[in-house]
Amino acid sequence: MEYSYAFLILLLPFLSFLVLGLCGMKMKKPVAGFIGTIMLGSLFAMSLYTAYEYFFVIGRDAATGLYPTVTVFNFTWLKFTELLTFNIGFRLTPISVMMLIVITTVSFMVHIYSFGYMAERDDKYKFEEYEHGFQRFYAYLSLFTMSMLGLVVATNIFQMYMFWELVGVCSYLLIGFYYPKHSAVHASKKAFIVTRFADLFFLIGILFFSYYVGTFNYDMNANPELIGKLASVAAKYSWLLPSALFLMFIGGAGKSAMFPLHIWLPDAMEGPTPVSALIHAATMVVAGVYQVASLFPIWVQYAPNQLHWVAYIAAFTSFYAAAVACCQSDIKRGLAFSTISQIAYMLVALGVSYAVDNHEGGLGYMAGMFHLFTHAMFKALLFLCSGAIIVIIGSNFKQYMGGLHKYMPITNICFLIGCIAISGVWPLAGFFSKDEIVSACFEFSPFMGWFMTLVSGMTAFYMFRLYYVIFWGQSYYELDPENRKKPGEVPFVMWGPLVFLAIVSIFAGWIPFGHFVSATGQSMEIGLQHFEFTSVAWFSLLAAAIGIGLATWMYLPKNNPVPDMLAKKMPRLHKAALNRFYIDDAWQFFTHKIVFGCFSKPIAWFDRHVIDGTFNFMAWSAQEAGETIRPWQSGDVRSYAAWFLTGTVALTLILLCILS
Amino acid sequence: MNIPVEYFIALSTLLFFIGVFGFVTRRNLVAMLISIELILNSVDINFAVFNRILFPAQFEGFFFTLFSIGVSAAETAVALAIIINVYRNYHSDQVNSIENMKF
Amino acid sequence: MANLVMFCILAVVILGSAVMCVITKRIIRAATFLLFVLFGVAGIYFLLDYTYLGAAQISVYAGGITVMYIFAIQLVSKRSLQGLIERVKGSRVISGLLLSLVGLATVGVVLIKNNFINAAAQVTDTEVPMDQIGTALLGSGKYQYVLPFEFISVFLLACIIGGIMIARKEDKK
Repeated sequence: MEYSYAFLILLLPFLSFLVLGLCGMKMKKPVAGFIGTIMLGSLFAMSLYTAYEYFFVIGRDAATGLYPTVTVFNFTWLKFTELLTFNIGFRLTPISVMMLIVITTVSFMVHIYSFGYMAERDDKYKFEEYEHGFQRFYAYLSLFTMSMLGLVVATNIFQMYMFWELVGVCSYLLIGFYYPKHSAVHASKKAFIVTRFADLFFLIGILFFSYYVGTFNYDMNANPELIGKLASVAAKYSWLLPSALFLMFIGGAGKSAMFPLHIWLPDAMEGPTPVSALIHAATMVVAGVYQVASLFPIWVQYAPNQLHWVAYIAAFTSFYAAAVACCQSDIKRGLAFSTISQIAYMLVALGVSYAVDNHEGGLGYMAGMFHLFTHAMFKALLFLCSGAIIVIIGSNFKQYMGGLHKYMPITNICFLIGCIAISGVWPLAGFFSKDEIVSACFEFSPFMGWFMTLVSGMTAFYMFRLYYVIFWGQSYYELDPENRKKPGEVPFVMWGPLVFLAIVSIFAGWIPFGHFVSATGQSMEIGLQHFEFTSVAWFSLLAAAIGIGLATWMYLPKNNPVPDMLAKKMPRLHKAALNRFYIDDAWQFFTHKIVFGCFSKPIAWFDRHVIDGTFNFMAWSAQEAGETIRPWQSGDVRSYAAWFLTGTVALTLILLCILS
Repeated sequence: MNIPVEYFIALSTLLFFIGVFGFVTRRNLVAMLISIELILNSVDINFAVFNRILFPAQFEGFFFTLFSIGVSAAETAVALAIIINVYRNYHSDQVNSIENMKF
Repeated sequence: MANLVMFCILAVVILGSAVMCVITKRIIRAATFLLFVLFGVAGIYFLLDYTYLGAAQISVYAGGITVMYIFAIQLVSKRSLQGLIERVKGSRVISGLLLSLVGLATVGVVLIKNNFINAAAQVTDTEVPMDQIGTALLGSGKYQYVLPFEFISVFLLACIIGGIMIARKEDKK
């Protein structure tokens, strides 16, 4: 049978997690790192082989002309009722194979990169607490990889949910990796609570869905009986499927940091930078997109209006995040907002679809998945570059940088490639995927198209702003060269992955993605790859050019006179953008004043006074009773005998009364 | 033999409660032990009487009495040894002197 | 008739000695009265034609245990050899008396309410044959008692050792 090695894809990272988690502390740091990296390397090879086999060797089904949905294995794990069972399985579809490649590629690069990064960090922070950080880090990475792979190959929504929570846990563990730091602890708690809160809705959605439809399966290709079930449920309860799907989307919105649940992602940058690249840019945060894409046929067929709501929410998020990203002084936070904005792009692409058709209404599906793929590559690249800078500089803040192009040439080039790719400049990866999204938006409504073009211009602006303030402008080192550490290039283990990802970012756009993934499954051409430029493409190129030009004009000069002037002219707007438009404060107000005040305090009062009171009373009465009967144990044998006899007599009398 | 069984039972009951009375009132350890002997004897009488008058063909009561005498002999020996030890340690043979042995 | 007279005499001796035993203030007298009670109980056994039991009662109880009591009293109350006089609290006497009377009444009620007495067999005035007792005591079949017999012997041995261990003077090194 084909893919018989597939179980290894889940088992290997789990084994490596167990080994590193249990015995990692006993190993030397390089040994632990090698175990994790070799495991991931073999996973990477296996995924590439799987993709090769899936797309090229086995290929399309002769009868339907589609790539088949392969369920490699699917065994029952829990049996709720005869009809409703919880399976764990391994399913290959075009998008899950694509995700396999994305996850293992980025994860492999991050594993290699972390050798350098974590070693540098460990050298810098010789605290007692960080002593075993390196091995722990690799153990967590393995667990995360396992969970993420389990999520994308899920055969049913419950398995997806289970691994969904597992990646949440890994994210929590890794954000709080530097746990002696208070901000890291707070960030990890925030991330966990916010995503858990959203996952509650996901769970409710799953319960709705499974209760009425009677199954956890969601893939109509793998489970043909689902089509009939869905149709009958939709006929009986018209409200059900839209609300269940939208509830599930809320869970996805939490993971994918959609407004207003995005607040955790910028703070998640407290974690080590490789983690930000892997989890909070490339893989975990796109889980929400992947979820919507997996349920896409159901969305389009039964809840098209709600799907458009998703598009509106995502469009607003992308604009909001881009606006905030323009003002951030912490480079990782700037990238985090950029991530939010780009993920929103993918969701917009899915949301504007209104039919399962490659050319009429279904373009967004392909475009969103394509953008997911390319974005994972160049955003991981950007994060790894920023990690290199942070290692060298020792800070996240832009005022300590500037003028680094002289000292870090390789990082400079790679970061520039990432910026160009994300800005959507021909011929790099971002151009193709983003342009497909904008085209899909124009198909949906002109307003959406223009709006997303605007956001793509903003993307170009804030990315190049970031680039200029880091690599050009006034150098912090040169202001006081005697007292400050001279920046230098990072070691090969770190720039190697950068170069690899940069190359991927350059060429990923030329992959004929439409041949592999599309709404119907049929092969489709991406016109841009054949130099068929439409007006949409020209407009978005223009927007990118304006954005880049503006950024160059404003931030290339050494002292940045224009931005300072703008900030002075519009202090309120600037301050609001700097404070992320007060969304965090709004949540703070909501949770502290409303939730805590109205619900938690009465509940706490009830707990303290009624429940604790009951138990205190029981304890008190037991103690009092003990104190009362304690003197009876006088040690006087005669009174014992007297009591004993009294009891006997009394019992006898009672028995006599009962019997007679 | 024409003594009604009630007479024997009345005798043993009286003896039993005299023993109880002694046990409850006396303070001296040896005296308490003596009261226990009275109680034991009353029980022995009951065993023997029930066996003899109600089930004359069998020997259960008989042997129970016999073994009871043996056990009480052993019990007395150990108890007296303990009392002697208590006296040696507390210089008193009063029951309240060993009250703190409850702990 | 002679049996009844005999029983009455024995009952008077037993109860009288028992009462004296528990109310006398001197401990050595209590032991002496106990001896009378034991003899009386032995007499009851003779009356029941359990001569072997009566003999055992006299030899073990009256012969062994009472002597042990006397020795213990001699050892314990060395300083106030025989003049030991107990002070008994009045309230305790009253409560003990009350308890005993109530218990007595309860047992009386139980006896009256029961009707096993009707099942009394007519017993002939013949002594229980000794060989029957011996066979039962040392046989290993059903309704035979060699196991408890052996057990009692081991038990007595254990008690002898235990008694010695407890009463032994501690070595003062």
